[in-house]
Amino acid sequence: MSDDILVDIQDLHFTYDGRPVLQGIDMKIHRGQVVAIMGGSGCGKTTLLRCIGGQLRPTSGSVRLERHQVSAMSHDELYRLRRKMGMLFQFGALFTDISVFDNVAFPLREHTDLSEEMIRDLVLMKLEAVGLRGAHRLMPNELSGGMARRVALARAVALDPMLIMYDEPFAGLDPIALGVIGQLIRKLNDALGATSIMVTHDVQESLLMVDYIYFLNGGRVVAAGTPDEIRASDDPFVHQFVHAEVEGPVHFDFPAPSAREAFLGSVWRV
Amino acid sequence: MSDPLQLLRRLGAATNERIWRLGFAARFFVAVLRYSGPSFRRLPLTLREIYFSGVLSLIIILVSGLFVGLVLGLQGYETLQRYGSTEALGILVALSLTRELGPVVAALLFASRAGSSVTAEIGLMKATEQLKAMDMMAVNPIARVVAPRFWGGVISMPLLAALFSAMGILGGWLIGVVFIGVDDGAFWSQMQSGVDFRYDIWNGVIKSFIFGIAVSLIAVFEGYDSAPTAEGVSRAITRTVVTSALTILALDFILTSFMFRGTS
Repeated sequence: MSDDILVDIQDLHFTYDGRPVLQGIDMKIHRGQVVAIMGGSGCGKTTLLRCIGGQLRPTSGSVRLERHQVSAMSHDELYRLRRKMGMLFQFGALFTDISVFDNVAFPLREHTDLSEEMIRDLVLMKLEAVGLRGAHRLMPNELSGGMARRVALARAVALDPMLIMYDEPFAGLDPIALGVIGQLIRKLNDALGATSIMVTHDVQESLLMVDYIYFLNGGRVVAAGTPDEIRASDDPFVHQFVHAEVEGPVHFDFPAPSAREAFLGSVWRV
Repeated sequence: MSDPLQLLRRLGAATNERIWRLGFAARFFVAVLRYSGPSFRRLPLTLREIYFSGVLSLIIILVSGLFVGLVLGLQGYETLQRYGSTEALGILVALSLTRELGPVVAALLFASRAGSSVTAEIGLMKATEQLKAMDMMAVNPIARVVAPRFWGGVISMPLLAALFSAMGILGGWLIGVVFIGVDDGAFWSQMQSGVDFRYDIWNGVIKSFIFGIAVSLIAVFEGYDSAPTAEGVSRAITRTVVTSALTILALDFILTSFMFRGTS
C-alpha cells in the first residue's frame, strides 16, 4: 500500500441477516483529503463507515488503515488504533449528563495524563475552533442542533486524530448551520493535517468542500470522481442524484408485488 | 400446519430465545467482572453511582422501613397478646426484619427505584449512540458506564437493607413501646438475647448482597441489551422490574432453605 493512501478498501462485502448490504466495495482514500460517500438512504454508507472504524466486521474483503488490517484486529489493537480516529455521529451523541466542557475533555481525560490546567487550555482551544468557547459551561440539552454538532466536532478532534469520520454531519441543520459545519470540517481537516471521510446525502454542500466523492447504490460503488468530474458526469445515477430528479435509475418505491395483485387480490380474498 | 404443532414450535422458539438471553447475560456478567478494574481504580466513578443508586433511594427505603415496622409492631402485638407474651415483640420485629423483610422488601424497592433508573439511563445512552461514541473513542462502555453502575448497586444494596431493618425496628418500638405500652426493657433485652449476629444478621446481609448482585446485573443487562428505541427502552425498564422481583423472591426461597433450617 502506498504511503499516500490512508484507507484502502478491497472487495468489501457485508451481509446482515442474510441480506447483502455491501457488495464488493473498492476504495482508496488519500491522506489529507476530505472524501464524501454519498448515496440514497439504505445504500450501505453508514455500514461502510462502521466497517472502516472497526465497529462492524466485514463478511469478506479487507479494510486497511495505514498498515493495519482493521477487520482482523483484536479488541485491544482496535482500541489503540481508535485513539488516532475521531468520529462525529449523526446527532452528535454528546454525553447528556456532563457539560460541554467535560464532553470535549472526555477523550483527553481518558487517554492522556495531562494536568487539569493543560486539559482546560486544550478544551477551550478546541471549542474556540468551532466558535463555542463561550458555551463551555452549558449542558447538552441547552444547545441547538447545530451547536451540539459543533461541540461533537470539537470532541472528535480533541486528540488531533489522523482520520475523522462523519456520519451525516448535515442532517437536520438549517442552511446557515449547514454551511458553518461544512466550513469547519474542511478547516479542521486542513489545520490538523488529517483525513476526513464523510457520509452524507447533501450534494450541493459536499461539492463545495470535498476533494473526492464516491457514490454508492445497492451496496456498490457506482460512480466516483472529483467535484468537477461529478458535475460534468453524464452517468444517469449521478445525474439523478446531483439534480435531485424523481425519475432515474434509483427507484423511490420499495420493491412490492404488482398493485393489481395487491389490491384486487385482497378484495377478492375478503 | 396443525395448531398443536404450531404451538409447540412457538414454545420451542420462546424457550430457545430465553436460553439464548440467559447465556448472553452470563457472558455479559463475566465481561462486567473482567472490566471492573476502573470502577475501583477510579473510585469517583463508583462513588457517583452509589450516590445515585443508594443515597437517592434513602427516602423511599427509610419511609417504607418505618411503615413496615409500624405494621409489624401492630400485627405482632395483636398475635402475641393472645399467648400472653407481648414482651417478645422486640425479637419478633427484629427477626422478621433482619432475616426476611429487610433484605427482600429493600431489594424490591431498590429494583423499582434504582434498577429501573439504571436501565433507563443505559438504554437511552444506547438509543442516542452515546455508548457507540464512547466505543469509537476507544473507551470501553462496559468498563466506563456499566461496571460502576453495577458495583454502585451491589455496594448500596446491603447498606440500604440494613437501614430498612433499623427503621423497621424503630417503627416496631414506636408502636409497641411508645403507643401500646410494651415494656421498654423487655423489648430491647429480648431482642438482644434472641437475635444472633452471625445466624440472623449476617445471613440477612449475605442475602441482601446476593440480591444486590442480581438486581444490579438485571438492570445493567436490560439497559445494555435494550432495543435502541423509545419502545425498546420502556420494555427494558418493565423487564428489569418484573425480572428483578421474581428473581429476588426465588433467590430468597433458595437462600432461606440453605441458611435457616431450624437448627437455632
